[in-house]
Amino acid sequence: MSVLVDDDTRVVVQGITGGEGSFHAQQMIEYGTNVVAGAVPGRGGETVHDVPVYDTLETATTEHDANAVVVFVPPAFAGDAMFEALDTDVDLVVSITEGVPQQDMARVYRRLGETDTRLIGPNCPGIITPGQAKLGILPGNIFESGNVGLVSRSGTLTYQVVDNLTQRGIGQSTAIGIGGDPIIGTDFIDALALFENDPATDAIVMCGEIGGEDEEAAASYIDKNVSTPVVGFIAGRTAPPGKRMGHAGAIVSGSGTGTAESKIAALDDAGVPVGDTPSAVADFVEETL
Amino acid sequence: MMKLHEHQAKGVFAEAGIPTPSSQLATSVEEAVDAADSIGYPVAIKAQVHVGGRGKAGGIKLAEDEAEARSAADAILGMDLKGLTVESVLIEEAVDFTNELYVGVTMDRSAGKPVAMVSARGGVDIEEVAAEAPEAIVREHIDPAFGMHPYQARQAAFKAGLGEVATDVARVLSTLYDLWAAKDATSIEVNPLMVTADNEIIAADAVMNIDDDALFRHDDLEAMEDEAANDDLERKANQYGFDYVRLSGNVGIIGNGAGLVMTTLDIVDYYGGAPANFLDIGGGAKAERVANALDMVFSDENVDSIVFNIFGGITRGDEVAKGINEALEQFETIPKPVTVRLAGTNASEGREILNTELVTVEETLESAVQDAVENAEGTN
Repeated sequence: MSVLVDDDTRVVVQGITGGEGSFHAQQMIEYGTNVVAGAVPGRGGETVHDVPVYDTLETATTEHDANAVVVFVPPAFAGDAMFEALDTDVDLVVSITEGVPQQDMARVYRRLGETDTRLIGPNCPGIITPGQAKLGILPGNIFESGNVGLVSRSGTLTYQVVDNLTQRGIGQSTAIGIGGDPIIGTDFIDALALFENDPATDAIVMCGEIGGEDEEAAASYIDKNVSTPVVGFIAGRTAPPGKRMGHAGAIVSGSGTGTAESKIAALDDAGVPVGDTPSAVADFVEETL
Repeated sequence: MMKLHEHQAKGVFAEAGIPTPSSQLATSVEEAVDAADSIGYPVAIKAQVHVGGRGKAGGIKLAEDEAEARSAADAILGMDLKGLTVESVLIEEAVDFTNELYVGVTMDRSAGKPVAMVSARGGVDIEEVAAEAPEAIVREHIDPAFGMHPYQARQAAFKAGLGEVATDVARVLSTLYDLWAAKDATSIEVNPLMVTADNEIIAADAVMNIDDDALFRHDDLEAMEDEAANDDLERKANQYGFDYVRLSGNVGIIGNGAGLVMTTLDIVDYYGGAPANFLDIGGGAKAERVANALDMVFSDENVDSIVFNIFGGITRGDEVAKGINEALEQFETIPKPVTVRLAGTNASEGREILNTELVTVEETLESAVQDAVENAEGTN
């Protein structure tokens, strides 16, 4: 078992003829993901890595009975691409694109509320169920199939934590990178709820970072609704107020909200141990299992 | 996030029809005095730096005559305001006000939509008002599909108890929202919005922060970016296209991915060191970009040692190693010791390529950070 993606996921890659889209479509296929089609306007009729390309996403998803879309479209056009994906009847849209203008994303988010589609991202590494499917750019070789669910706002930090787990022989059920932007489709609470209901997930790792109040909200959700043990990590303890730390969403406001201290304290209160380092996170997970 | 200087933001406001005091920018004492003479006394002399609480820190002074203008400009130009040097001042007509209001528009990230705010308690730190008396700030969420309806602006102004000036303030708020949307701002604020004895409304300060990710569609704002930067290193980072934040410590940090770089900073702190910077080279960096990153951090005189932490997904360890070698081979002696940790895609190839006469290679994040912290301590 796993959440959201598995052997049956049928994926269309939006932007499959671009540099990133083409490279990662190939990596996804090599990992065993069922990539059924690509969509790029003006490139219909071509094939990329033996995958047929269509001019419109709707044709691609309909012709191939797809249930998921991965967006590898440059930031200036990514908002439009997400609208296109939300207007098909796929269940899952994963937007990898980094640097989507915030106001474009606010309009996408508003549209998302009117649909039943799940959006992951943008500005995220994607989602992987080890040994079954990966949708995105995560390096497949560091993952191992197992029983720990992982949700994270940051890509490379996810790899670091997964590496620490895998090296100790602790595998993962599914890992979800939810993205580092201020407005994202799937948040911690959504992911926690999915893992809580997944019989194959025996522990959850949640990697947060400074900025916003999603970690605090997640902590109170865990306290009330999650019986699966959760281990936390928060990046940005040393970040000064008012400075954006790379991710558009990672900023401690002048009034002191969004700090690492507040997030760590909220998780503590919810009984979630928070590791000081990624290897300390793996220690806690090891103890929990 | 690109922060416009006050005078830049006021230029944008004035163009959109929001009343602002007459003002001129000056970079020398003579220019400042000339500007004050032509505007007429009294004038306010205001440091153009991105520092909260400028006034309290001595960055804003009133001048009643030429002699006062001269001494105020002389005191402010070149002064150090919380670590930033003042390079220019805004000379501005001093407004005779009876009341100070607050208006602003920002993105409410938890709601995923913009929010407009109005308060009768302007002129002070609005975040303090928000903490002490949240009911004193009226909030109106805006549907990004429709924009702000005129009634929403009026409703906010009347609910804030602005009475006689409410409809005028509502007009300013509507204009601010339109600017916010048109210019891809992340936040826009007027604090204080001054009300004069005859109920004129004037934007006495202006804050406007722009979404970096949308600058590609705003040539006019992009042209302001260099001037808006606060120091030479930040300008250099803009040119190289790095996410860079300068901090006060002496351990330089370079990595890929915001979360991992932040974590590296935290672990430097955990082992008793002090981070000098945040520098994210981003995903998929090639050798040249890696060399530019080293150049960036070498040119910070506070840095005593450097830790390079790469976990490759789309970034390849061999490319990173080539870049590090290229950057270091041009020096007769390495300016500052460099410790490298490579993991993930092509990491073992990278470790073989690295010239170990020039860098120390460590296997884990923890050991690499410890080595860099020790190197930094050794130099003091």
